[in-house]
Parts: sequence; C-alpha cells; structure tokens
Amino acid sequence: MIWYTIRRLIGAVGLLVVMSIVTFLIFYATPTDPARLTCGKNCTPTGIEQNRKYLGLDKPITQQYLAFVGGLFHDRKFPADKELQQARPDLILTCHAPCLGYSPLHNEEVWTYLKPKIPVTISIVLFGFILWLTSGVLLGIVAALFRGKFLDRVLVSGALLFYSFPTFFVSLLLLQLIVFQFNWMQTPTYTPISSGVGDWLYNLFLPSLTLALVFAAAYIRLTRAYMLETMGEDYLRTARAKGVKERKVVFKHTLRAALTPIVTIAGLDFGILLAGAPITETVFSFQGLGYATVQSVQIFDLPVIVVIVLLAACFVVLANLVVDLLYGVIDPRVRY
Amino acid sequence: MEGMEIEDVEVTEVDPRGGQPRPYLDVTGLKVHFPTDDGLVKAVDGVDFSVEEGKTLAIVGESGSGKSVTMQAVMGLLRRTRAKIEGEVWLGGTELLHASNEDVRRLRGASMAMIFQDPLSALHPYYTIGNQIEEAYRVHHKGASRKSARQRGIEMLDRVGIPNASRRIDQYPHEFSGGMRQRAMIAMALINDPKLLIADEPTTALDVTVQAQILELMKGLQSDFGSAIVMITHDLGVVADIADDVLVMYAGRAVETGKTTDVYFDASHPYTWGLLRSMPRLDRDREDRLDPIPGTPPSLIHLPSGCAFHPRCPFPEVVGGDRCFTEMPELFEVTANHHARCFLTDEQRRDVLAKASAPGSEVFQ
Repeated sequence: MIWYTIRRLIGAVGLLVVMSIVTFLIFYATPTDPARLTCGKNCTPTGIEQNRKYLGLDKPITQQYLAFVGGLFHDRKFPADKELQQARPDLILTCHAPCLGYSPLHNEEVWTYLKPKIPVTISIVLFGFILWLTSGVLLGIVAALFRGKFLDRVLVSGALLFYSFPTFFVSLLLLQLIVFQFNWMQTPTYTPISSGVGDWLYNLFLPSLTLALVFAAAYIRLTRAYMLETMGEDYLRTARAKGVKERKVVFKHTLRAALTPIVTIAGLDFGILLAGAPITETVFSFQGLGYATVQSVQIFDLPVIVVIVLLAACFVVLANLVVDLLYGVIDPRVRY
Repeated sequence: MEGMEIEDVEVTEVDPRGGQPRPYLDVTGLKVHFPTDDGLVKAVDGVDFSVEEGKTLAIVGESGSGKSVTMQAVMGLLRRTRAKIEGEVWLGGTELLHASNEDVRRLRGASMAMIFQDPLSALHPYYTIGNQIEEAYRVHHKGASRKSARQRGIEMLDRVGIPNASRRIDQYPHEFSGGMRQRAMIAMALINDPKLLIADEPTTALDVTVQAQILELMKGLQSDFGSAIVMITHDLGVVADIADDVLVMYAGRAVETGKTTDVYFDASHPYTWGLLRSMPRLDRDREDRLDPIPGTPPSLIHLPSGCAFHPRCPFPEVVGGDRCFTEMPELFEVTANHHARCFLTDEQRRDVLAKASAPGSEVFQ
C-alpha cells in the first residue's frame, strides 16, 4: 500500500509537469496579446514592447517555462528584465523559493494573491458536499425503497428538475426568494471561520445550498440506481434467510454494497470542485478560487492561471488517490 | 416413522392423519402466483408435500418448474414481493402463511434455514465469513456476546470440515474456494440448529468431486442433528444419493411423488421417464446417446390446456381421444406412497415401457 501510494505520487508529479506545459502552450496559442491588452488606448509599439518586458513575455516560451519551474527551487526577481531592474531598482520584488510566480497585473506574488481565496472555496465546497451527500444518499435510499410509487416519482423527477437547471439560475433563484423576496436571510458575504462558526455557516448556507441542490440531484439518482442494483443480489436473500431484520438488511447489507461506488464519484466531484465553483462564487461575490479563475482568464494573467490549473490538478489527483486508497479499505477484494 | 410416510403424498383434503402428529414440515395446496404486466405467472399451482425430521425430500424438475419458488414461499422470502400465496405451510405446529412477518422472521434461520446454489454470490462480499456467521447466531440469540458467537462460529466451521477454522473465520468469501464457501454457508445455516434445512441446488455450482464431499457432509450433519432436509435439484444422481422421498415438479405442479426407490425403479410419469433417460449413468452403453426431453418447459402464464406436459409427451395417442389436451389429470396412486399425474393406465404404461426399452426404440424422439 505504501509502495502503491509512492508510485501514484510519482505519477502525479509527472502529470503536473504535463499539465503546466499544456497550460503554457494553450496560453500562447490564443490570438490575444496580453502586452497589447494592458497597454491602453494611446499605445505605441515601444509601449507594447515595454509592457511585454514588464510582463516577462519577451523571452522564448521555453525559457519562461523553465523560469517558472526554477522558481520552485530558488528565489526569483521581478521584473526579470535586466534593463527594467536597472531603471527602477526600488521596484524590484524578490519572490522567495518555492516561488509560484508573480502577477504584474495584481502587483502581487501569485501565492499571496491566491492563498486567501483557498479557504473560501474549501468552505463552500465542504459544506455543500456534506449537504448534498447526506441529502442525496438519504433521498436516493428512500426513492429505491419506494420504487415505482408516488414518492419515488416525485424524488426522481424533482432531482431531474434541479439537475437540468443551470447553476446560475438556481443560485439567483435562491438569492431572489430567500434574501430579496422574503427577507429570511441577509445577503451572504464570506466571513472566515475564525470570526465565528455561526457566522461562517450562516454566510455559507446559500452558496453551499446552491451546490448541494445541483449535485444532490445526481446523487439521488446514483444512490437509487446502486441500491436497486444491489437489492437484486443473492446475498441479501441469504441475509433474509438468516432472519435478519428488514431494516438491517437495507441499512447494513444493501447500503454497504451500494455506497461503495458512490464513494468514488463523491471523491472525484469533491476534488474537482475544490479548484473552485466559478458560477456560484461569482453570483454570490465570494472571492474564492473559482472567482479568481474567471478574473484571471479575463485579463490574461498567465502566472495566476498556471497556478490555478496546477492547484486544480493537485486536488483532482489527490482526491483520486484518496478514493483509490479508501477502496482498499472498504472493498476487501481490492489489494494493492 | 415409516408408517407416517403415507402422508407425504396426501391429495384429498379430509384430515388424513386421524389424530397422528403432523410431519415437521407439512405443505398443502401451496400456490404462488406472480401478477406481471404480461399476465399471471402461476409459478406454483397447488403442491402438497411433507418432510419428517431426519428425512430428506428431493424436489426435482427443470428450471422454471417452480421448485425454488416453492421453498422460497415456505421460507417467507416472497413476502415482500407481489406474489400471491395460497395454501397452508405448517412448520412444527405453526402455520406460516398466515403468521406475521415478524413471527416468520424469528423462525427463519432458527427453525428453518436455507443454503443456496452459488455460495460466492450468496455470501456478502464485504463482510468476513465470521462476521456473517456470527450475525446468523446473534440474530436469534439476543444476549449472546460477540465472543461467544465467534466461538460458536469457529466450532461450526470446524464441524463442516474447514481446516484452521479459527484463522479462516476472519477471511472474506473471495479468499475461500467454492467448496469451502458452500461449507461455510452450511455452517451458517446450521449454527442455530434448525430442524429444517432447505438446500437450493447446493452442489450445482461446484465441481464433481466437491459435490460428493458436500453431499457426504450434509448426510453426516443430518444424522448428527436429525434435521429434515428439502433438497432442490435437477441432478437425479444427487437425489439417488441423498433423498428418502422425491417430488417431481413440472409447470408448478407435482407430477410424480413417492419414495426414491419407487420413483426410480417404477417411474410412472412420462416426464420422470424423460428425466431418468436424460441422466448419464455408468451402466449405460457408451454408444447410447443421452435422450433429452424434446421441447422446452411451458410458459407459466399460458399453461397448455389439459395436462401441462402434453406438448412434450409422446403418448397422448396411447391415452386416446383428446383427454390429454382437455382434461387435467389428477395424481393417481401407483402403489402405496407412490403417485403420478398421468392418464396412462397400468397396462398402457407397462406396454409403452416395454416398447421403449426394446432395442433401437426412439419413442421419446
């Protein structure tokens, strides 16, 4: 199991290298020129060149990439261009290793810029994850137990309804109804957990509920399907033949087998969302990773984009690894 | 004991026992019908049988003849389905079909236990063998500690011939071989010392040498525990090996019942002849081909009119007229304890059999 984990982590590093290269390549494949974009209305060719040097985009792409990777191991100075450094030595910024780069557009180190956004996203996603997993799985079990009955149809069609709504619609609907129409809650603004768990949860409720509604819909259907599949298994007949109570047959024997595949899907969904829920964060103006992604892409802020992509890749890779290791625990037939 | 065997094949509804105690399992007029979108599936359509403690009844028939459904109805495993069940099932003085779900649950696993065809799919893949055996014990022994349940589990595994039981009890089903799994199933079924053991094709999924071991084991356990066994099978070799009585089922009904020796040496129903002729035997010539029964089992929604076997039976002309096509034969008494559901008279039957055993006869084709 330890060797398996090490092997997987080595693979993950390789994956991150590939991901970062691809991000660099895609960035340069776009027709937009960030140097021109940041130059404003009255722009001269020298101005554009100046900006290009300032943004560090004047070097060949391979050098830029190596400089980025090198930053992980030694300090970097920004701006990197020697002429600019000589012109304004007072503006030189040193980014200490491991340096994830510097965003001239925000005039900040990338990590300094992104770091406060991570807990925002984690909070929304974690709370939402708990909401959707519990409600989705519970309602899925109910739907499976009442298969074909009225309750099952209500749950399945209700799930389909929410699943087919776009996220921005669900979040705006919640905001409109709960905040503006009925005044049940105040407009949520993120407060860190350190300033009170109650406030933290209160403000997270609507964005997390948005995620939960959209995802729970999928989990209701998944749980229902896996439950129904498991209900046909011979070992449940064995359990009943032993005289095990029906409640225990459902909640112990059936659920144990039906939930195993759901663990995989839940882990992956969680990992993907950790890199940000752009729409939800934007609608509620929560300064999370998703919001930062949208902004950076709009202003072509390469240093930030690369780090966000790598962060997202890390989350997915880690979630994947955790799920696979968890599988070895929950399914005794899996051995590494 | 022998005298009471007569009741195994009672057809009439007047109390045949005359005050004698009921056999441990006594089933009369059992019907199991499943309403489906395509129509009513008459999986079991009036079956009577009984088993004494210490005796073995084999229920024989093709797939879809209703043999498994019959015993699942006895176990109460069809209660949460849409099946419509009629008749009476007496287990040690309790009528099960009209008892509450909870009462039947208490009996399941304690007074009657069941083992299944494929032990790999019948054991939960995520729990250890020990966990599953202990659960069977603790369901019916409320006060029992985990430790005592485990101790009992080890004893039972030991008893069914699993070497190193105290170590293997912590393994998962996939770490057991097929035969070991079935042994574990048997240990699980017998842990509460049930008086009735229902075995649903327990050897079908196992290879032949293991089959013999499992049958030996079951015989040995039966003589120790004195339980009644109902063996569902389509393997007539198994029947000859283990059963005292045989019930041959076709299309949800009994077509022949009796003592194993009677049914084997004096088979009286064309379907039973077909079954016996399709069985490989050491005393047959090697050139002899196995004779399959032509045709397939009938649809249980649209049963053939008259005798359900007539579309596959070579002898309606022998019976004469259109009797086989229009009239359902009743079970008639061949000899004492031995009944068959056929219109052929004794004379016709002897005649037909004499022809069939003549060299080169292809009467069944």
